[in-house]
Amino acid sequence: MTQPKQIKVNAIKNGTVIDHIGSGKAIKVLEILNLKGDEVVMVGINLHSKKYKCKDLIKIEKKELTSDEVNSIALISPHATVTIIKDYNVARKIKLEIPEYIENLIQCPNPKCITNLEKINSKFRLTADETTSVRCEYCEKKYKIDEVNIHI
Amino acid sequence: MNNLISMRDLSKKEIMMFMQTAAKIEKGELKPNMEKKLAALMFYEPSTRTHFSFATAMKKLGGQTITMRGTSNSSVQKGETFADTLQTLAQYADIIVLRTGIEGSARYASEVVDIPVINAGDGANQHPTQALLDLYSIIKTQGTLENLKIGVAGDLRFGRTVHSLVYSLADFKPSFKFISPSFLRMPSYIKDDLNNKNIAYEELQEIDQKIEELDVLYITRVQKERFADPEEYEKAKGSYILKRSMLANVKDNFRVMHPLPRVDEISTDVDDTQYAYYFQQAKNGVYTRQAIFSILLGGSK
Repeated sequence: MTQPKQIKVNAIKNGTVIDHIGSGKAIKVLEILNLKGDEVVMVGINLHSKKYKCKDLIKIEKKELTSDEVNSIALISPHATVTIIKDYNVARKIKLEIPEYIENLIQCPNPKCITNLEKINSKFRLTADETTSVRCEYCEKKYKIDEVNIHI
Repeated sequence: MNNLISMRDLSKKEIMMFMQTAAKIEKGELKPNMEKKLAALMFYEPSTRTHFSFATAMKKLGGQTITMRGTSNSSVQKGETFADTLQTLAQYADIIVLRTGIEGSARYASEVVDIPVINAGDGANQHPTQALLDLYSIIKTQGTLENLKIGVAGDLRFGRTVHSLVYSLADFKPSFKFISPSFLRMPSYIKDDLNNKNIAYEELQEIDQKIEELDVLYITRVQKERFADPEEYEKAKGSYILKRSMLANVKDNFRVMHPLPRVDEISTDVDDTQYAYYFQQAKNGVYTRQAIFSILLGGSK
């Protein structure tokens, strides 16, 4: 019996695997990662997933994520998993959690907010009642996490 | 407490502390001495009443005020940053009272300077001293803030004052009647918050509907400019103007409040009834702001 032909995403020797990214969100995740430009990056979009039906996947060689990057991924796709690979083996799994206090990663969508008019870091807090919304510490407007722009 | 920026920061206990201090100052039981204190009133946005009220409050406590109005006469026009202007004024004054059209500016100011900051209105966001004086007016006329039936009429969609009022009363088990033209209704995010807190409210279109059930009717201005068509304005006018004839069956403790200025939403024949409270409300603003100054500057101890 012949196996159906499959294109496999190569295993990486050293680097980071970001798996279970919400489908279609891989590009956004790539955008917020501080890539130098010479890393080998593999991206899978709309891959089959047992758990979520559909998912995106990113593998980056020779890259370790900073904590800001990890927090930003959590904001874009809270179910994503981050695994650090050393010598083809899993060295460490990083648990993603949307931080309660988010400094300078979100641009406030309110054009009248002081953070968009003066050179100051934005500050957001998760709202106490739900985990899918954040509130600007300055203008006090509440936004769904999907509505805001994440940047580093 | 170091600053007064947002009603969101205040616990029920802290709200009551402001109420009690204002009451003691009004009765003359507490005479805070601010003789050596200087308040910088920074008003980037014009507001004659709020400015007068703060200046009066400080002067009645024996203190002094300096005022910066607009931006035309200041170095802001020469390109100075907001932070630098604040830092400079903080070298002269003991407390800053700040009003701007920029949301979040008071919170930011409190991070920049190490003297207390009072938010006197930051755009559409917060106006906590107005909220506190409204609460003081309610407690003074009703004897309590708990379990009251409050009617709120006018522009409920854009009115910062009514939004603050509704939120500040939320912990005191109120029930609300929201009276407005249909396109100026209370925003759904506020109604959602009320639902989450199990607070009863009802939406009405006529100002005298169920007026006999109310303890307080809080009226705000409906600006003509909000209407797409001036004819619509003329038509809608009748449904939100309070007239003396509508007061025949109200409760004895019923009071009409308004943050002022009024245009025509309360007919002047209401003014000399026992129910009109809007001018006393303005006076309460001075006691409330005296209390705020003395609590933030530590003179109330």
